[in-house]
Amino acid sequence: MIANLPEIDMTQTKAGPDIAAGRLHQDAYAENFSDLHPLLETHEAQVEADRCYFCYDAPCMQACPTSIDIPQFIRQISTGNPDGSAKTIFEQNILGGMCARVCPTETLCEQVCVREVAEGKPVKIGQLQRYATDHYMSGHDETPFTRAASTGKKVAVVGAGPAGLSCAHRLAVHGHDVTLFDARDKAGGLNEYGIASYKSVDNFAAREVEFILTIGGIDLNTGMRLGDNLDLAELRATHDAVFLAIGLGGVNALGKDNESRGGVLNAVDYISDIRQADDLGRLPVGRHVVVIGGGMTAVDIAVQKKLLGAEDVTIVYRRDQDRMNASKFEQDLAQTSGVKILTNAQPHALSVEDGHISSIELERTTTGEDGSLQGTGEILSLRADMVFKAVGQTLVQDDLDASLSLEKGRIVVGADRRTNLGDVWAGGDCVLGGEDLTVTAVEDGKVAAESINAALSA
Amino acid sequence: MADLRTDFIGIKSPNPFWLASAPPTDKEYNVVRAFKAGWGGVVWKTLGEDPAVVNVNGPRYGAIHGKDRQLIGLNNIELITDRPLEINLQEIKRVKRDWPDRALVVSLMVPCEEQNWIDILKRVEETEADGVELNFGCPHGMSERGMGSAVGQVPEYIEMVTRWVKKHSRMPCIVKLTPNITDVRKPARAAKEGGADAVSLINTINSIMGVDLDEMAPSPSVDGKGAHGGYCGPAVKPIALNMVAEIARDPETHGLPISGIGGVTEWKDAAEFMALGAGSVQVCTAAMTYGFKVVEDMIEGLSDWMDRKGYTSVDQFIGSAVPNVSDWQFLNLNYIAKAKIDQDLCIKCGRCHIACEDTSHQAITSMVNGERRFEVIDEECVGCNLCVNVCPVENCITMEPMAAGSIDPRTKKPVEKDYANWTTHPNNPMAVKDAAE
Repeated sequence: MIANLPEIDMTQTKAGPDIAAGRLHQDAYAENFSDLHPLLETHEAQVEADRCYFCYDAPCMQACPTSIDIPQFIRQISTGNPDGSAKTIFEQNILGGMCARVCPTETLCEQVCVREVAEGKPVKIGQLQRYATDHYMSGHDETPFTRAASTGKKVAVVGAGPAGLSCAHRLAVHGHDVTLFDARDKAGGLNEYGIASYKSVDNFAAREVEFILTIGGIDLNTGMRLGDNLDLAELRATHDAVFLAIGLGGVNALGKDNESRGGVLNAVDYISDIRQADDLGRLPVGRHVVVIGGGMTAVDIAVQKKLLGAEDVTIVYRRDQDRMNASKFEQDLAQTSGVKILTNAQPHALSVEDGHISSIELERTTTGEDGSLQGTGEILSLRADMVFKAVGQTLVQDDLDASLSLEKGRIVVGADRRTNLGDVWAGGDCVLGGEDLTVTAVEDGKVAAESINAALSA
Repeated sequence: MADLRTDFIGIKSPNPFWLASAPPTDKEYNVVRAFKAGWGGVVWKTLGEDPAVVNVNGPRYGAIHGKDRQLIGLNNIELITDRPLEINLQEIKRVKRDWPDRALVVSLMVPCEEQNWIDILKRVEETEADGVELNFGCPHGMSERGMGSAVGQVPEYIEMVTRWVKKHSRMPCIVKLTPNITDVRKPARAAKEGGADAVSLINTINSIMGVDLDEMAPSPSVDGKGAHGGYCGPAVKPIALNMVAEIARDPETHGLPISGIGGVTEWKDAAEFMALGAGSVQVCTAAMTYGFKVVEDMIEGLSDWMDRKGYTSVDQFIGSAVPNVSDWQFLNLNYIAKAKIDQDLCIKCGRCHIACEDTSHQAITSMVNGERRFEVIDEECVGCNLCVNVCPVENCITMEPMAAGSIDPRTKKPVEKDYANWTTHPNNPMAVKDAAE
């Protein structure tokens, strides 16, 4: 499935890191980074939609963090009304297009589909959602919502990722004037910079942002970073409400010597580089790659390194495989892509040659009866031209108001996503208790917008 | 292997599967292919008088499809054969000579004048075909010219023409009936009265398949206009079964041989028509959808089923279900059944609940002790069977009869062991007061 694997040079004796760009023929990149799940054809979609039983009080709908009326939108595909289907989706989730691509449906809607329970073959809800939303977006330039008359209220939304976009759109629908800020050059957040390329081809993240902004009443300002050229106190003073959707700007470290040496990289940075690359053939790719971590980010970097031509890629996770945060589907994707998953091992030391990583020493682990992780003392060594850290991200707290209530390094919010500051709401990865999914971020933004609207209308 | 040989009004065929008079039997080429494929007989596409009719040169067929393009219903506006009479007759003669063991019946349609029938019957007899079928059924085109269903809708005409045919021909005569009437027993009685040896039914049903909402015209359309056509295929089978049963159990026509037609797609459909009294079946849409090969499993499937059931010849089950076709007024009102949901098979889609809750008797739960669970509430269940029909899992919901003497939780009354029907029910103003005497 991976086009054009590099030839292995058995005679290589060169010392130092084996890192090179353009390990593959140019046309192999397009093939390797093509759509993971191509869009269903109309007939396929109709047949698949016909499999849906239109369940009463459907379990899939209950499992959807944004409560999309799934049986309804599937029925609308079945009746030849894909635009109506998309409207049903957008009603609950304006980022339904991206969620259709990146949601771990196998642990959400499709896991509880009665057909999954009955026969192990759920209705392909994610792919049907994509069919409907793609159909709508290819035929319409604007969102299906009409903006209410302006209320004159001003809301600042900080962070233009899934949570911020969702919140901004809903607020705009209610007639509020939204100023949307983002630290990076482009809006979209992780949709633009973080999602694996093969899940969002053809610049979809940017197209979706454009689609959302057509509602009007949203003033997008990029290159604006909290604590840099943006100040929370000032935002609160100049707006009626503030929604923080700043994500997790920091990256956890391994806490080992030599971590700052050449070849030891943050996975999120490299993934961002892949997404923004005009030419994948110019990205540096190690021959031997080790990824530390067990979540989606670990899988995303590992698979993409393999697709870029790395000879061997190993994900190292410190616990059992069933404890990995990456879904079963993601784990399977990694393994069928040729990525090796090494479990029950943790970083011990990073070895360096000429200032550059050359190998990583790992210690085998066991889990005690109390769930605590213990090193066994057994050490193994993996050759590594590149080591990627994918061991979690952190909230950059310095830029926030000192009076904002935090816990476990995240912002504390209520069910309405309001913080302890009455005029500040928050959502997405930066809040406590989230699942760090695109779809939950969208829900946060939506719920916060409704709460803000209620507060401003009071 | 069971004996599938069929003797239908003296017309013998190796199996009861005939191709109906329709496009698949329009000419020698098709019919020979059908016989090679194993079909027991054919009714040759309807012959008329020269000059031959003409057909439209646009679409002749329209269809209803399932989501995966499964063909559920078909309609057509094709007329009777548009080939010269003499060519058809020559081919019929040749085919009968080459395939003497197969049934070959010739369908006919000419104007309602005795001489016209005399003329064509004479020519058909010369082919040595096994019999004739009078096409009083086609609802489109020819009916506008006073033939086909225009005759079939007037019992007096049926009787008159049938009488001419029997008077002027020695050939067995089957009268093909139209379903486009209110009571199929009347034309069947007329056919019998006129001396018909058998009836065949149903011909196609008047229908418009759909409307093209862009063109605002029926679909399919011929240059923007559409005319009603004849509906057939799997969708019409229930209508056909009822009409066959009506004739089979009518005291006036009981015993009149019937060739069953209408949506026969597989062996089981044929067995059902035969159980309701059909001595042979005629097939068209299944062949037009899949080709002639479908007859192979019709033969094999029917034979295997007969073996399983211990039937050695088809006569042993023809008409077996007729005594159980009743009138509503004679159904046992003391028979009480309750739906039962097999919780191991239930996939918890909730369709039984919402169907019952919204549209019937509020007799199925959606939640039990805070859990999603679908159970029948016997106190409310009237045994209507709707839940069984909407459940996507076969045999998950069954109708369980209540034992005599037990208490029906809905009415709080004991289940009576004796049969009792509407004719004696106290609510019936026309009730027979002293039924016991």
